[in-house]
Amino acid sequence: MAKRRTNIHGREGIAGWVFTAPAMIILGVFLFVPIVMALWVSMTNWTGNVDPFGGGPNAAFVGTRNYTALFLQDGLARSNFMQSLGNTFYYVLLVVPLQTATSLLLALIVNEKFLRGRSFFRTAFYFPSVTSSIAISTVFLFLFSNTGAVNGFLKLLGIDGPEWFSDSRGLLHMFFGLFGAGDNPGWGQGEIFGRSLWDWLSGPSVAMCVIIVLAVWTTTGTFMLMFLAALQDLPVEVDEAAMLDGVSPWQKLRLVTIPMLKPALFLVITLGIIGTWQVFDQIYVMGKGAPAGTTMTPAFLSYKTSFTSNAWGSGAAIAFVIFLIIVILTWMQRRMMREDKTPGRLRRAAGLARLTQSNRGTASANLAQNNSGTGPES
Amino acid sequence: MRTRKVRPGSAALVLGACGALVLSACGGGGSSFGGAAKTQATGPAKLSIMIGSPGPAETNAVEAAAAAWSKKSGNTAKVIVASDLGQQLGQGFAGGTPPDLFYADASRIGDFAKVGNLYAYGDQVKSASFLPSLVTTFTYKDKLQCAPKDYSTLALVINTDLWAAAGLTDADIPKDWAGLETVAKKLTKGKVTGLVIGNDINRGGVFMKQAGGWVVAADGKTMTADSPENLAGLTQIKKMMAAGTLKFSTDTKPAAGWGGEAFGKGIGAMTIEGNWIRGALTKDFPKVKAKIVELPAGPAGKGTLVFSNCWGIAAKSTHQAQAVDLVKYLTSVDQQLAFTKAFGPMPSTVEGIAKFKTEYPDDAAFAAGGEYGQGPVNLPGFDPVMAAFSSKMATLGKGADAKSMLADLQKNGTAAIAAG
Repeated sequence: MAKRRTNIHGREGIAGWVFTAPAMIILGVFLFVPIVMALWVSMTNWTGNVDPFGGGPNAAFVGTRNYTALFLQDGLARSNFMQSLGNTFYYVLLVVPLQTATSLLLALIVNEKFLRGRSFFRTAFYFPSVTSSIAISTVFLFLFSNTGAVNGFLKLLGIDGPEWFSDSRGLLHMFFGLFGAGDNPGWGQGEIFGRSLWDWLSGPSVAMCVIIVLAVWTTTGTFMLMFLAALQDLPVEVDEAAMLDGVSPWQKLRLVTIPMLKPALFLVITLGIIGTWQVFDQIYVMGKGAPAGTTMTPAFLSYKTSFTSNAWGSGAAIAFVIFLIIVILTWMQRRMMREDKTPGRLRRAAGLARLTQSNRGTASANLAQNNSGTGPES
Repeated sequence: MRTRKVRPGSAALVLGACGALVLSACGGGGSSFGGAAKTQATGPAKLSIMIGSPGPAETNAVEAAAAAWSKKSGNTAKVIVASDLGQQLGQGFAGGTPPDLFYADASRIGDFAKVGNLYAYGDQVKSASFLPSLVTTFTYKDKLQCAPKDYSTLALVINTDLWAAAGLTDADIPKDWAGLETVAKKLTKGKVTGLVIGNDINRGGVFMKQAGGWVVAADGKTMTADSPENLAGLTQIKKMMAAGTLKFSTDTKPAAGWGGEAFGKGIGAMTIEGNWIRGALTKDFPKVKAKIVELPAGPAGKGTLVFSNCWGIAAKSTHQAQAVDLVKYLTSVDQQLAFTKAFGPMPSTVEGIAKFKTEYPDDAAFAAGGEYGQGPVNLPGFDPVMAAFSSKMATLGKGADAKSMLADLQKNGTAAIAAG
């Protein structure tokens, strides 16, 4: 292609670079360079008070030692890190599906044309998302305190509420307890990365559950907005066609609406996974990892290791591991949500949607199929 | 869908440009980090003092002292109250602009000194004759790193109303663990627990000390965490917990933030707290009457814990001489007693503590603790080690195994000593 180009086109190429240069320089200085610098720091034992690139005893190159300490070496760094991974795993596992389902539900409700005061509900549901997470966390501290509103309400129902922020028991442990599994039974002794199977299977602690509720509550509004935008972009004709075909509302939702919302769904789940693995501010406000380290997350551990223990190399290494985890999860999720991997019924529904669109010639988008190939177009 | 390939030449150009940016950033980074020895400025200095203050009483007292010194010496000193001292100091050290003078916690001395953040000026202020136990606490590699600011110790705090209601008199004040168990049992009634303490090593550690154990050996070179003495200390806590006469403040119903809160609310008839409890009770629970006595002795005799801060001077400060002069002013006997009056901690000098004992006879138990108390572990890299142990210790009341907890502490501490 390049050969066939004329000189004029060649100059256009240069002009293109010139026009994009400011953005690229800014990205380079504020994004690319810091990442490379942090990668270097993650391979040093930088103590934070000398030039990190100057070498010497306080910034010596240690190769992959910070990384092996997190995975292979028996020690405090690994046990803390593994605990934070376990905590965050359960956090993500609960928050992402819950926030996606809730926000979709809310979007469907406020998209309903027959609902009165729609704009009021839209604003109300979106409100938590525009409020500072620090402020909301503080309010939650009061709500879930031992004498707070939540326990007061539970008392009305005759339930003795737990000490939310000091209860380190895992939900799954409590569940196993119902079936008579004692504390730390024999079958849970096998170790994975130095942490016993029993500990891995703890489930989120009671304290973590509060943070999960908080996260779902604050993020749902934003994601509702994304679903709402996608819903309003859906062709009305498809809905009408489906109704003419005599589908029930539930069938319409399952076979028509949700398949057409797949790009939005992909976006919401991706943002959800990224946001949940990076959770920090709620942890910082609500206990800093207490009780018994069950609300410790990798992002907070990275901060703590760097800023209070002054082990910046180790802290940077943790940050890069989270980065890799997010990349891998997003990639896996993208694979799973590809169209050709979807079950037959969904594919048929998507096909139907496409067919209807081309038949009626609506311009309103290739929403249903474009997630399989959104490459750059020239 | 045609996709355009980026021409190799352009890609190289972009990479080269970014590479140059990386290099220039590195080169630029070098200038902001000087060597340890900064050129010292003379003449009137502008000093910044960073403190971690729990309330206005302490902030005002330090500000007044700094203002008085400024007037006297012709310098200016500005007090900055940190909301998170450890983090803000770390940021200051990393940014190359730490405060000239700051509160340095005893447990962080090793961390700070090891990497060269502290200007070790101890020799210049030794004439003030600080308490020997405090000098040990702030010594790293045989050098006194900084002047002890003040100190606090732990003692047994008794709610005198509940004490009398249980039919106890001064003769019943516990002298040993058996005595403690007896009175705690008598005081435990309804929602009142005999003894309520904080849930970490900074409170529960007194039992380890009284049993003759401690986390590290006296020379700070080996770990002694998994010793039978430490186990005996934790076992004593578990024993009293099993009897229902001792609870961590997080395990009471309703849970309390710290021992003093449980004590003030009347959930605990006794607690183990330091000098700060006086101010806290006056402020939050003025009606509660407290009596302070020395902690009961364990099998190995008396034992308590000492908490202290020192006046750290940054190695990167350009006004070290003036900062040392300010420290001399702040650690003078009169100034220290003024601090005591304002917010409670005890003077760190021999002369000061003697005056404290005559002026505050009710707090004699705190002062006595200074003679046999144990300071925090001040070795580098121990902050996360002790934090991990403390968070495990919090689950002691929920059936956690004391022995494995100490074994983990031994393992993690040994690794930290090897690395440090």
